[in-house]
Amino acid sequence: MKMLDRRLLTDRIVRIVASILALLALVLLAWILWTLVWRGATALSLSVFTEPTMPPGRNGGLANAVVGSLIQVAIGLAIATPIGLLAGTWLAEVGRGRFADAVRFVNDVLLSAPSILIGLFVYELLVKPFAGFSAIAGSAALAVLILPVVVRATEDMLRLVPGSLREAAFALGASHHSVVVHVLWRAARAGIVTGILLAVARAAGETAPLLFTSLGNLGWSFDLDKPMASLPVTIYQYAGSPFDEWVALAWAGALVITVGVLALNILSRVVLAPRGKASK
Amino acid sequence: MTVDSSTAPTVSSVAASLTKRGHVDVGDGVFRFALNAAAVAVLVILGAIVVLLFKGGFPALKEFGLGFFLSTDWNPVTEHYGAGVMLYGTLITSLIAMVLAFPASLGIALFLTEVAPERFRRPIGTAIQLLAAIPSIIYGMWGFFVVSPLMASTVQPFLTSIFGPIPLIGMLFSGAPVGTGILTAGLILALMIMPFITAMFVEIFTSVPPVLKEAAYGVGATMNEVFRAVTIPYGRTALVGAVMLGLGRALGETMAVTFVIGNANRIAATLYSPGASIASTIANEFPEAGPGSMKLHALLELGFSLFVISFLVLALARALVRNRMEG
Repeated sequence: MKMLDRRLLTDRIVRIVASILALLALVLLAWILWTLVWRGATALSLSVFTEPTMPPGRNGGLANAVVGSLIQVAIGLAIATPIGLLAGTWLAEVGRGRFADAVRFVNDVLLSAPSILIGLFVYELLVKPFAGFSAIAGSAALAVLILPVVVRATEDMLRLVPGSLREAAFALGASHHSVVVHVLWRAARAGIVTGILLAVARAAGETAPLLFTSLGNLGWSFDLDKPMASLPVTIYQYAGSPFDEWVALAWAGALVITVGVLALNILSRVVLAPRGKASK
Repeated sequence: MTVDSSTAPTVSSVAASLTKRGHVDVGDGVFRFALNAAAVAVLVILGAIVVLLFKGGFPALKEFGLGFFLSTDWNPVTEHYGAGVMLYGTLITSLIAMVLAFPASLGIALFLTEVAPERFRRPIGTAIQLLAAIPSIIYGMWGFFVVSPLMASTVQPFLTSIFGPIPLIGMLFSGAPVGTGILTAGLILALMIMPFITAMFVEIFTSVPPVLKEAAYGVGATMNEVFRAVTIPYGRTALVGAVMLGLGRALGETMAVTFVIGNANRIAATLYSPGASIASTIANEFPEAGPGSMKLHALLELGFSLFVISFLVLALARALVRNRMEG
């Protein structure tokens, strides 16, 4: 009987420890969010979204950084989505054997490559040879981040499409590309869109790849071949500055970016694909 | 035409047979070309990353030789650069992160798969996954403004009072509790990779065939015993792989570490000491490295070594995870 008591006690303890650990994780999430709201909300006002960044001492905002981030993410997405969609389709529908394994492996390497190295790579590829930091270089770096996520999501989602759909389409005499475009992509659309949204959420919060590519800009700029501000880089610069109003603005920016990123995540997880598993 | 009955016919196999019968479509040719080109583009991008990082760092490798990786000297004045401090900082912070994150992820994954009531599993799991979505710069700010002061005022003095008197281990927890440093960086990294490892653990635990667990429950095992005797052994290889994937993330994490590691080019016995990681050094020193300077080459060589390290970790992790899932 004593033996059984001890086993049950151990089981109890393990359950309690596991529950405490899970509770701590939830506390951690609440703590981070609370810090952001507490420090960010006080600095958050309409001028954050209407005024550009200003020198210390003048009440500036983050408008140019927000717009810069939107522009660079949009261009990055526009570059990466078609390539990623096609490459993912190739992996799921065409590629076989060792070569396909190699492409899949290389895509995994890209997916997990440290993002700061992507920044260094684009610096060597686009910034150094063309003499200057530019928004287009920043967009390219974000595209390299987004691409492997789209490839993975596309392949995973196309593999879930039942083979009978393909057979039915081919039996109707449809050509290869119309089967892919009109049947497979359509069937997998929700999952692929989920993957793209998660990729956007990831890219929007990335700082490291932009440090050496689009650099940041203290004023408004819409020139794609000039340095452009972005929200994460501005937060990084402001958070480390000695000026209180800049640090406060950094917290406001941090709140904005976190709310945006988490909203995208919740949207993609809960609304679009309740059972999607492409989020890695 | 013969179709392998074990797999559904693929587009290519059906399309190939159609083509054989004479249904050649010009649009298909173009489409097929686009698919192939996109797949090749993925390879080309990685190839370009490897080549450009290697080429950029090569002058540093030529100048300092293999001593680059051992030298702890990083001196812009004498133009002598070594990666020793950064390699140490990268490895030790990632090691701390693994030591802290592994048991935490194990417990949380157990909670999410066995302990929690069914209807709470999904919402709690989603909430924990949101932690993984928070941008790393937010962890950096939170770590710098909230965690570091707490480490300095409370946690580090507490650790010193406990471990301080123990020989050898005490050395790790000695020195001035300044807050930012190796230990804090490791802690923040642990928090960042915990949700990532947890998600993979949950997937591994749920892939254990129920019949194995039921058999163990059937002979009277408790949940804890089933976990130790069935679930863990069944998923052991994949668990190790998942931890290594987490390690790969920790090694290359930049912004959070840059905020809290203290950014000092030195190695000290104590974990309270400020240090530098490869990624934090690249982020910090890059603005002062002009094009063509030896410093830039040294930073690129650092980047290349980080790439090689994370590549090896990923390749190993992937082999382990795949073995289990297929076997």
